[in-house]
Amino acid sequence: MSKEYTDISSIAGPLMVVDGVEGAKYEELVEVNVAGEDKPRFGKVLDIAKGRAVVQMFDDTSGMTASGTRARFKGETLKLGVSEDMLGRVFNGAGQVADGGPELVPEQRRDIAGEPINPYSREFPNDFIQTGVGSIDVMNTLVRGQKLPIFSGAGLPHARLAAQIARQASVKDGGEFAIVFATLGVSFEEAEYFRREFEEAGALERSVLFINTAADPVVERISTPRMALTTAEYLAFEKGKHVLVILTDLTNYCEALREVSAARKEVPGRRGYPGYLYTDLSTLYERAGRVKGKEGTITQIPILTMPDDDKTHPVPDLTGYITEGQFVISRELYQRGVFPPVDVQGSLSRLWAAGVGEGKTREDHKNLKDQLFASYATGKEVRELAVVLGEASLDDSDRAHLKFADAFEAEFVGQGEYENRSVEESLDIGWKLLSMLPVSSLKRVKKDEIEKWMKTSENTVEAEA
Amino acid sequence: MTKTEEKTVEDKNTDIPGGVIERVTGPLVRARGMSEAKLYEVVKVSEEKLMGEIIELHGDVAAIQVYEETAGIGPGDVVYRTGRTMSAALGPGLLQSIYDGVQRPLVKIEEAAGNCFITRGIEADAVDMSKKWAFKPTVKAGDMVVEGDVIGEVEETSVITHKVMVPPGMGGKVASVESGEFTVTEDVATLETADGKKEAVQMLQYWPIRAARPKKSKIFPSEPLRTGGRSIDTFFPIAKGGAGCIPGPFGAGKTVTQQSIAKYCDAEIIVYIGCGERGNEMTEVLDEFPHLIDPNTGEPLMKRTILIANTSNMPVAAREASVYTGITIAEYYRDMGYNVALMADSTSRWAEAMREISGRLEEMPGEEGYPAYLSSRTAEFYERAGIVKTLGGDDRTGSLTVIGAVSPPGGDLSEPVSQATLRVTKTFWSLDSDLAYKKHFPSINWLISYSLYAPNFEEFWAKEVAPDYSQVRSTALSLLEKESKLMEIVRLVGMESLSNGDRLVLEVARMLREDFLFQDAFSKDDAYTPLDRQYGILKSIVTFFEAGQEVVTKPDFEYSTFAAMETLGKVATLKDELEWTKEDYQKFQDQVRSEINALA
Repeated sequence: MSKEYTDISSIAGPLMVVDGVEGAKYEELVEVNVAGEDKPRFGKVLDIAKGRAVVQMFDDTSGMTASGTRARFKGETLKLGVSEDMLGRVFNGAGQVADGGPELVPEQRRDIAGEPINPYSREFPNDFIQTGVGSIDVMNTLVRGQKLPIFSGAGLPHARLAAQIARQASVKDGGEFAIVFATLGVSFEEAEYFRREFEEAGALERSVLFINTAADPVVERISTPRMALTTAEYLAFEKGKHVLVILTDLTNYCEALREVSAARKEVPGRRGYPGYLYTDLSTLYERAGRVKGKEGTITQIPILTMPDDDKTHPVPDLTGYITEGQFVISRELYQRGVFPPVDVQGSLSRLWAAGVGEGKTREDHKNLKDQLFASYATGKEVRELAVVLGEASLDDSDRAHLKFADAFEAEFVGQGEYENRSVEESLDIGWKLLSMLPVSSLKRVKKDEIEKWMKTSENTVEAEA
Repeated sequence: MTKTEEKTVEDKNTDIPGGVIERVTGPLVRARGMSEAKLYEVVKVSEEKLMGEIIELHGDVAAIQVYEETAGIGPGDVVYRTGRTMSAALGPGLLQSIYDGVQRPLVKIEEAAGNCFITRGIEADAVDMSKKWAFKPTVKAGDMVVEGDVIGEVEETSVITHKVMVPPGMGGKVASVESGEFTVTEDVATLETADGKKEAVQMLQYWPIRAARPKKSKIFPSEPLRTGGRSIDTFFPIAKGGAGCIPGPFGAGKTVTQQSIAKYCDAEIIVYIGCGERGNEMTEVLDEFPHLIDPNTGEPLMKRTILIANTSNMPVAAREASVYTGITIAEYYRDMGYNVALMADSTSRWAEAMREISGRLEEMPGEEGYPAYLSSRTAEFYERAGIVKTLGGDDRTGSLTVIGAVSPPGGDLSEPVSQATLRVTKTFWSLDSDLAYKKHFPSINWLISYSLYAPNFEEFWAKEVAPDYSQVRSTALSLLEKESKLMEIVRLVGMESLSNGDRLVLEVARMLREDFLFQDAFSKDDAYTPLDRQYGILKSIVTFFEAGQEVVTKPDFEYSTFAAMETLGKVATLKDELEWTKEDYQKFQDQVRSEINALA
């Protein structure tokens, strides 16, 4: 039985300092019993010097007393019991059962910090994921094992887009994803929205939910995503499942880190965030991928809100340096009533090339995408020009591009929340829209492609209409 | 440190119990009882033998940065000394390897761990100690040799001959030299020093990573590194032995640019350091390089490549060491007389690792929390680049080109890491998020980027490519600059207000952008353009300007006839004409001239 310590010299914010400690280790789990409470609180060792341990609490520190509080060092790091039965269940941010169901019987107990994946053991992600959202599937293709965040802003419908992806995501061979979903400091309504969406779509039994809301302890948020990812690693690499991890909202996570860092009086980096924010975020995001010899994969879609829509804020900025691209939600498109309002130009999937082409999507995908990008960019330039110089100054080609840009936003990007478009449908819509433009302006697609696909797209799209 | 010292420790391979841990905070451990230890000595922490390095000494307390996760370590645990400073192992077998930041082969880690994770406490030799290499001596008994002299050769891969050199600090008469199959630790020669002592030479040697390897002298760089990138080679070239930096916000294409230089440049050896970057990017390099063919040798690229992969989630202290490990290996091949190119992606992550360690050491921070020595460390690192006369009696020259990516937060170049880097590098490729947004790649901004080496190459260009290369280049650059000014006017008052002369400038600048600068790094044919073809395309485009100038400015000239020219439509396909010779380009330029003159 490990020894109990009662010499608590300070409690400040999320930190507690215990004196007279012997034999404690870095990162060790600490069980804290507060006088008059039945349930212990937990924390971990953040700084251990001879006789003195700084403990970062996972639970709230309110109501803790310097005297009468007993700390017990558990001799191990924080672990999470995992099993396949977690699918269909809801947990709180500390990993405890929160749906009123029976306690979990763990098959394994895993360290939530995880270990870095050996870059040599990775396999390059190259399996196309069909999200059913045309602006993603065609223009910024997502692949299995990728980490691709959604950059959003206050008041934008990122939750609805994430839910749509979670409902619709499938791979070409038809397999569905297991979903591991964690909320970090979001409102109760948002957390509940996701739970209901999953339930209504019948996706709940293939999902694991970890719910930390704004009402829960701030520091708990630091371990919640790690629990989600530990579960995902177990399901993917032990049970061979394709896992989609959705984390929302990472901005809250970073603020929790900043709070702990400030309490430790560390030298801050930009905007008060700790200097190690990049490293810390990478220990979350890099837990996505494909590895050799394992059936399962982990695909991550973290969501973050950019304060004041500012992409250079440390949270989106450092995230963008780690993740393989980003989906940016456009306030302009949203205000114009386009759903999902994906900013096609500002978004980027670094791994798109690995997921498209013959045998994956369709042979015309790459060139069509390039052409759509180029024509849309021209259309938007013309739109700006028309504002300054008036529509009268435009020539025929300009006018066609202007019309194309409008139609592209309305018909290609805009598709509605519950429409699940196959990638072929999305490609055909792309060809149909291109037919609005003079053929001489289509430089990125080849002549024979125009002949082959523009015709057929007209037929199929008309037939559907 | 001398070589003999190094060896005795290696031979004994014993870990001397040193001190006892007092404090653990993240990757930093403080231990007491270390009065015997020296700065930058390698230590093993706790019974798990986690690798670490002493970075500060105060009395008998040592501050140790640990290259592995420190969870579960606490006060009272033992620290073992090794007597050896943090060194890179140098010998045959380095090529085609993939290492972590402290030169442990990731392949061996995978074998030892038995799964896909990097489990801690794994020890692995940097090069295969049991593999036998065919050693061919190039000296004979009785020859006099000095430090740096080549005493034998080993065929390391089918494209690179590894030269076994007399380690720095040694020399004398060759007492004996062997020929045949040896492992890297077996003696291949014995030297008799001036005072009559005998010293054995093996193929494997060590060098402390934080010290630059010695050389005779540096040479002024005058030859460009040919990368096949049109924007780089023609407009913003880097010297063999030069230092360059690529700053840019995320998504601007830093990694793609670095990788395409690594793929196609005419250096014989490539050291690629993935420093705190994405795991999948390293996997991509690992997947691609064995299959990609080097245009210079016709062999797979991997045969000339050494990869160092310390991804963002791997221990931060090892990230700090990774750039030093990489550059020491690079210098070693430079000393053999090779042209070496080193890419570090990204040095900002290296600086952040320094900041993290510095914070744990509770040092007084400089700008944005970075340590005060950020700029001096950065300068030291880039100064290890250069074209040099190596040690040894045969006056070999070797070069080391260093290209560092910088990831400035929010793309703002005023931050400390970018500034410290810009002060010491001479080529600056500024990646631009606006260009990337428009999908113009490489997104090297032609108005801001610069190369201070360009004047050095005028002679080279005139001799190797064409006499008027420099002149065509500066005409093209000035056209691009004029374009940006004219575009401001167009934005305000529209195209109609421009004179025909200005419209010509815009037309030619557009061709420069779309048909010369734009280059698809993912297209097999477009990714690499040799210098003579670069010149051919550029000259052809500039011909439109030179020949058109007089014609279009004539009064009553109908501009649309110029825009409708047949040759004008052909410019876009010039980069696809892979077989064109000098004469073909000249013929095309003549056609352009005659078509333009016919308009007048």
